[in-house]
Amino acid sequence: MLHIAPLIMILPLAGFLFVLINGRSLGNKLVGLIGTGVVGLSFVATVITFLLLLHDHSRQVTVNLFTWISVDTLHVPAAILIDPLSITMSLFVTGISTLIHWYSTAYMEGEKDFRKFFLYLNLFVFSMLTLVLANNLVLTFVGWEGVGVCSYWLVSFYFDRDAAASAGKKAFIYNRIGDIGLLLAMFLLFEHTHTLTYLGIFSSTSLLSPTIATLVVLSLLLAATGKSAQIPLFNWLPDAMEGPTPVSALIHAATMVTAGVYLLVRMSPVLALSSSGRMTIAIIGGVTAFVAATIATAQKDIKKVLAFSTVSQIGYMVLAVGVGAYGAAIFLMVSHAFFKALLFLGSGSVIHSLGGEQDMRKMGGLAKWLPLTFPTFLIGWLTISGVPPFAGFWSKGDVLTNVFAHNKPLWVLGILTAILTAYYMSRLFVLTFRGSERFREVTHQHDPHESPIAMTAPLLILAALSVLGGALDLPWAHGFSLTHFLAPTFGDVAPSAAQSTVLQTGLALVDVAAAAIGLFAAFTIWRNRVESTTFEKPFFEHVWYWDDAYDATIGRPLEHVAQFSNDVVEDRVIDGAVEGLGASVRRSGEGMRKLQAGMVRQYALAMVLGVTVIVVYLVGRVR
Amino acid sequence: MTIPASWFLVLAALLFGIGAFGVLTRRSALIMFMCIELMLNAVNLTFVTFARTMSDIGGQTSVFFIMVVAAAEVTVGLGIVVAVFRRRASTSVDELSELQG
Amino acid sequence: MLATTYAIPDVLVFATAALLIVVGALGVIAMKNPVHSALSLIMSLLGVAVAFLEQSADFLAAVEIIVYAGAIVVLFLFVIMFLGVDKSQHPHVEPLIGQRWFAGLGVFITVAGVVFLMASSHWVSGVPAASTGGTALAPGSGNVTQLGDSVFTTYLLAFEATAGLLIIAVVGAVLLARRERTAEADEIVEVSDAVDIAIDDWVADETEEVDS
Repeated sequence: MLHIAPLIMILPLAGFLFVLINGRSLGNKLVGLIGTGVVGLSFVATVITFLLLLHDHSRQVTVNLFTWISVDTLHVPAAILIDPLSITMSLFVTGISTLIHWYSTAYMEGEKDFRKFFLYLNLFVFSMLTLVLANNLVLTFVGWEGVGVCSYWLVSFYFDRDAAASAGKKAFIYNRIGDIGLLLAMFLLFEHTHTLTYLGIFSSTSLLSPTIATLVVLSLLLAATGKSAQIPLFNWLPDAMEGPTPVSALIHAATMVTAGVYLLVRMSPVLALSSSGRMTIAIIGGVTAFVAATIATAQKDIKKVLAFSTVSQIGYMVLAVGVGAYGAAIFLMVSHAFFKALLFLGSGSVIHSLGGEQDMRKMGGLAKWLPLTFPTFLIGWLTISGVPPFAGFWSKGDVLTNVFAHNKPLWVLGILTAILTAYYMSRLFVLTFRGSERFREVTHQHDPHESPIAMTAPLLILAALSVLGGALDLPWAHGFSLTHFLAPTFGDVAPSAAQSTVLQTGLALVDVAAAAIGLFAAFTIWRNRVESTTFEKPFFEHVWYWDDAYDATIGRPLEHVAQFSNDVVEDRVIDGAVEGLGASVRRSGEGMRKLQAGMVRQYALAMVLGVTVIVVYLVGRVR
Repeated sequence: MTIPASWFLVLAALLFGIGAFGVLTRRSALIMFMCIELMLNAVNLTFVTFARTMSDIGGQTSVFFIMVVAAAEVTVGLGIVVAVFRRRASTSVDELSELQG
Repeated sequence: MLATTYAIPDVLVFATAALLIVVGALGVIAMKNPVHSALSLIMSLLGVAVAFLEQSADFLAAVEIIVYAGAIVVLFLFVIMFLGVDKSQHPHVEPLIGQRWFAGLGVFITVAGVVFLMASSHWVSGVPAASTGGTALAPGSGNVTQLGDSVFTTYLLAFEATAGLLIIAVVGAVLLARRERTAEADEIVEVSDAVDIAIDDWVADETEEVDS
């Protein structure tokens, strides 16, 4: 019945291969069309699969493609698992990918490496879908690495710029550290459950002792912190903004960075076994959300603000996972995908209109000039700030309500973060669209121009989704909500404390109040300012000196070790050994050479003396 | 009673030793060849002796073949000596030391 | 004492053979002149032939004299004469330091050791080797037939192979010793060609005269 499901993955791969093979003969227009088309078709296939799944009562279908690895007790099929969680992920991944592909056809127009860009994007979508649809951890890992490498390629897309090249490396290395976590989790799970398919693991969770379960959860958390840019591995994401803006929107806001959250949610039956592990997850998420929000208040680059905002929002998701509110986490992930993609694409439109300028101090007063970008961006801003009735209000409220039920201090942190979120987003909004026009210098006195339709249309669609996204999971629509749809895939959700409507309403009002405080503060402070040392703390601007701390504690000692290896180990020990060996061979050769005098009679004598030795030995033995 | 085998064997050992000493000490390729013939004959003598004591004709057959091979060896060897002498005007093996290390 | 144990003629024959062999061998290595060495070699080989005869190897004794003392030593002598190296050499000058000492010592120890080994083992028992399934040796010249049988039956393949070896050795020796084809050689060929033509002409003239 669900034979169409593999098409979801195969279509982007086919697009990638087709463009890879025929790319040179295709024009940029056609490449863009094919790239966008296959992802769009993939979205259609996902929708069909989704509808078919709704008619399937088990709500859980495994489609076997082929046997991939079969060694002794290790059996890894290349199979996809269609269930509410994976189909939800696939829906928004393919949907948003389609929009961003479309947007890119205009945004990347005129780029030298237009074709390469679409190759990477298609390969990324394929990898992401592999990650999401895989029915076992190994195949997920393939997708996990695939999105990692695509991210690396796309971050350093402008590899002739030093910053882009090193940002790519940074992203890759941080991700690699996280990957160790995923590998460790796989090893542990395989050792104790002898299977790596999700369903197999879930059905044998009883084999995991609490200690092992905690270790697995912490390993998974490490993987998630790498991929989803959480403390302590979060600082690759802001640097990753060196990539083209559609990449930032797709990979570093909507899809890839949520893979860590997806992994945690996917492994929820294992998470259920370790309350200390979940606690750690919640703390990491809450602290990341707060720290990233403080940093976002002091950034001057529009994309950097959005990047830290992304880190902060993913922190919310991780926090939700930590308190067992998996449905809320996914809900926030989906709505975040909508509004963060919208904000990134909107900022891309702004940057595009200013000829590449990203510094907010050189913007201002753009509302008048960007008649389509401005209102959509306005919606995005209100959504992320948590203003009702936009999607952000519902999803963030959902998370915070659940957190309140489990952990009051973290809820306070969440509310503080919400205030900060409203504040820094309003600051961004005011500096960009309000105030005096400071961009003349950048545009050489030209008026900024609105972006082409291919860029604004996705903005409009995403704006509509941001407005309506909240409807996916309204608190009172229990039977038809996203959480309800997803619930069967979650392991043993921590029973959400029965909350009275009054309490829920009260919490919602607190959320609204937080948003209002943030908005008000930002407008008061930034209406007539462009920069301010009072409100842009260098400590925040420099990312809590996180990079410097890493540099001092890890980077420089390692550099010393490397220097030592180079100067002492390499020069003296290794070279010494190698050259000493060579010299000794040469010297002994020089010595032996004299034996080869070319004198036949000497050789004969050596032979006779050899015989003599043998005879003497035999004589000695006989005696 | 016939002469015991041991006498012949000692005689052969002596002949072999003299031949070997000659090979080691004489420089002329021609003399060295002669000495090698002496050594071969020492071996032949032992073969014939063993053929007698063991009543096995195989020993004598071996001697027969050794003679043939020795003849072939001398033929080729002397050919080489002649060829070398053309270039060097000498039969001293000490001068043929190009193949040194 | 010897006489009491062994027949005196046998002992005399052995003594003669031993004397010939040892003196001849010493002559080979001691003579300055290669020609003298070659002649000493003949002496030694004759001694070996006598030793063969004494052990009923009649055929081999004959071959020893014909092939070795005859053909091979003649070949040696021929080469010596051909190369003109019959001038006296200086065998007493030894350029390699210690070569002679080491050679003497090594050879002495080896020979002494081998003799000791033979003495300390039970020499030769006289029992026919079981492995060869040896045919008992006929006394005197009777074993020539046996040798022939052995060579042309059991060892036929080896015999044919030695035939091939001899051919190859002869061809090889000819190639090695052949003079390079030089301009001088070419001239000689031309001269001989001219002579051939002259002879042909002459023959033709003669026949014409006869005809007419």
